[in-house]
Amino acid sequence: MNVLIYLVPMALLLGLTGLIGFMWTLRTNQYDDLDGAALRILPDDDVDRE
Amino acid sequence: MIETLDLSSFVERSEPGCGQIMLAVEGVACAGCIRKIEDGLQKLPGIVDARLNFTQRRLSVRWRDGEIDPQRIVAALENIGYRAYPFAPERITAEDNHEAKWLLKCFAVAGFAAMNVMLLSISVWAGNVSDMPQETRDLFHWLSALIALPAAAYAGQPFFKSAWRAVRSRQLNMDVPITVGVTLALALSLYETATHARHAYFDSAIMLLFFLLCGRCLDQAMRRRTRQFAGNLASFKTEFAHRFGPEGELTRVPASALQPGDRILVQPGEAVAADGTIVSGRSELDQSLVTGETVPQTVEPGTTIYAGAINCSGALTIKVAAVGGSTLLQEIERLLSQATEAKSRSVRLADRAARLYAPVVHLTAAATALGWLFAGASFHDAIVTAVAVLIITCPCAIALAIPTVQVVAAGRLFRAGIILNSADAIERFATIDTVVFDKTGTLTLPQGVAEIASVDPEVLERAARLALSSHHPLAAVLARCARARIPYAGVVEESGSGVRGSIDGQEARLGSSLFCGLAPQRGQDEAGDSMASTIFFTHAGRVAAIPIRQCLRPDAAATVQALIARSLDVIILSGDRPKAVEPVAHALGIARWQAGLTPVEKIAAIEKLKSDGHRVLMIGDGLNDAPALAAATVSLSPITAAQLSQARADALFLGEHLAPVLDAVSTSRRARSLMRQNLWLAIIYNALAVPIAVAGMITPLIAAAAMSGSSILVTLNALRGRFAPSLGRSPDLLRQTELSSPVRAVHGAAPAKAAVKPGLVQEDEIAANPPARGRLELVQ
Repeated sequence: MNVLIYLVPMALLLGLTGLIGFMWTLRTNQYDDLDGAALRILPDDDVDRE
Repeated sequence: MIETLDLSSFVERSEPGCGQIMLAVEGVACAGCIRKIEDGLQKLPGIVDARLNFTQRRLSVRWRDGEIDPQRIVAALENIGYRAYPFAPERITAEDNHEAKWLLKCFAVAGFAAMNVMLLSISVWAGNVSDMPQETRDLFHWLSALIALPAAAYAGQPFFKSAWRAVRSRQLNMDVPITVGVTLALALSLYETATHARHAYFDSAIMLLFFLLCGRCLDQAMRRRTRQFAGNLASFKTEFAHRFGPEGELTRVPASALQPGDRILVQPGEAVAADGTIVSGRSELDQSLVTGETVPQTVEPGTTIYAGAINCSGALTIKVAAVGGSTLLQEIERLLSQATEAKSRSVRLADRAARLYAPVVHLTAAATALGWLFAGASFHDAIVTAVAVLIITCPCAIALAIPTVQVVAAGRLFRAGIILNSADAIERFATIDTVVFDKTGTLTLPQGVAEIASVDPEVLERAARLALSSHHPLAAVLARCARARIPYAGVVEESGSGVRGSIDGQEARLGSSLFCGLAPQRGQDEAGDSMASTIFFTHAGRVAAIPIRQCLRPDAAATVQALIARSLDVIILSGDRPKAVEPVAHALGIARWQAGLTPVEKIAAIEKLKSDGHRVLMIGDGLNDAPALAAATVSLSPITAAQLSQARADALFLGEHLAPVLDAVSTSRRARSLMRQNLWLAIIYNALAVPIAVAGMITPLIAAAAMSGSSILVTLNALRGRFAPSLGRSPDLLRQTELSSPVRAVHGAAPAKAAVKPGLVQEDEIAANPPARGRLELVQ
């Protein structure tokens, strides 16, 4: 059972990382324009420049 | 005439030296549009940044003052091929966004906590039937408490706050039993953990919050989407007025920026942008949006006129009066406040369920505690069992039963071209037994239709092309018949009479009978037909009289018949003359109609129906309908309605067809039956689970399974509303709404690409929209 001493904190830490990541996406307004984000990846202008 | 456009009332200044404006953009369809718009603007000098929100079709532009101004930005967009309309971000939108974010944060926290607590709980459940030592179980319980308590304190706020508001106003809503259940579950679990007991309910409490927040977030997202769409529509319709400056120069300003005392010019063919008194000029006004009257009314200096009326012939100068300063509006406002007060008394289905449910549950819990005490159980066991009853009856499924159906039904209505203004409208749509129609603009199309069957096509084409040069609303209708959309050169408009020009070297005239040099009695004869106005055309000795008829919506008859077939009473209450109403009622097979009604009489008629026990759906568009819309059980307005009416209606419908009325009724009826089914499902679940809880045999595992099981069942049942067969939808509207996003469905007539030839677009637009309504023009 000693394994729990680091397994449980690790599980929680991983979960918390996900939560913090989600909060970050919320704070940076990444859900404001979901359809636009899907379309903005399509133009190849950044490739042409190289 | 070059006239400056003043958009300063829409500009926001968050940092010095920089201006920012929000524009609702029409015609955005694909990834290419995003690039075209953003790159196109970026190239202009002075632009700090330009970002298009594709989901909302809104463009936010920032620029450095002095290098460029918003007018030039709008003009530049027009050159690229997109029409942009200034968008005034309201306070409500900002609050909305804030709340949506807050709900999502709560949702994320509850999700994180539910996952981790469940991880620990399942270990405990497995351990309880095998060999988990007590120390480990306690450790897991304490860890659960560590996660669940702060998470519930944060994620439960939406419910706690709403419950507190309800209790403070001495009412009960569903959030009260939720709050009681969650709080007790957490408190009991903490106590059990401290006393090394085998069971703790941290997972139940936090999972409950997670499910409920899921429902709330969906609900909020749906409502936000409808509101955003309605906001864009409103800005597409922004009315502009020509305001006289101190030196008599004209500036184009949005109607919302007008102040009492301003003097504005209303040109023929334009809508009056604000209430006021005529200072100079004489004209005829089409008041159909204000009073429902279809015959133009002659006005002269001193007459008070209302926003929404359309100026037919002469240019008018108007002194803007304070809003509500006019008698008609004051009367309507007074009626409105009365009617709204009466309506707020209707109770929502969810709240009714909560009022019945909460006391029953809390009494059952109390009875359980007392029963066990009498049966000789210890005080601790009796309380634990009672709390278990409260946890198991915590109304997760009941709280989801109605919102989930609402979200599904609202989405379905949205696709059918109906925008809901109020969330509980669906419930009220479902209960109606009487449908009251206004005539003008509701049963009939907002604009007339030219009757061209009897006219020689060649003559018609010439007349229609000549009409392209006129501002008169009747001419605009005729102009839509033109195949070649190129106006003749050198055409002169004589205000109030007609247009004349030369076609193939011979004079052609289009206008009143007098203007065309015909005997006036002929015009009188035609006017005897109560639903038509006639426009005359002479060219090279040939004369054509083209009636412009008030025309029924294309599927009005079919829709009315379908409504009657659903055993609904259909009634017409119109402000127009009896002579104009009778043929409409006759054509539609409506036996009960009243004409020439004032707003007060309309309300009285509706109140009479309601006091006879009928539940009334009112459908109307005019300013005079606004009080009646508010007084009815539920109300619907076409998107072309007067602003005040739109604000009062429970829902708006798009497009030329009347079929959305049928959709609203049938979708709502189905939604209501799903809501009832859901409530029954939740109650059956309780009926099964409560005896187990009362008997003291509940474990956290049973609680978790029952709770999530019933929630998922209710949600799946709600989703059935999505797949129901569509009823009474016209194929035309179906095509429109499915081919493109709703914004394009309404304004689809003006695709961006057509803007390659700017001159042509102008005419298309004139034909597609009534002239000078919500159009941004820099140069006239």
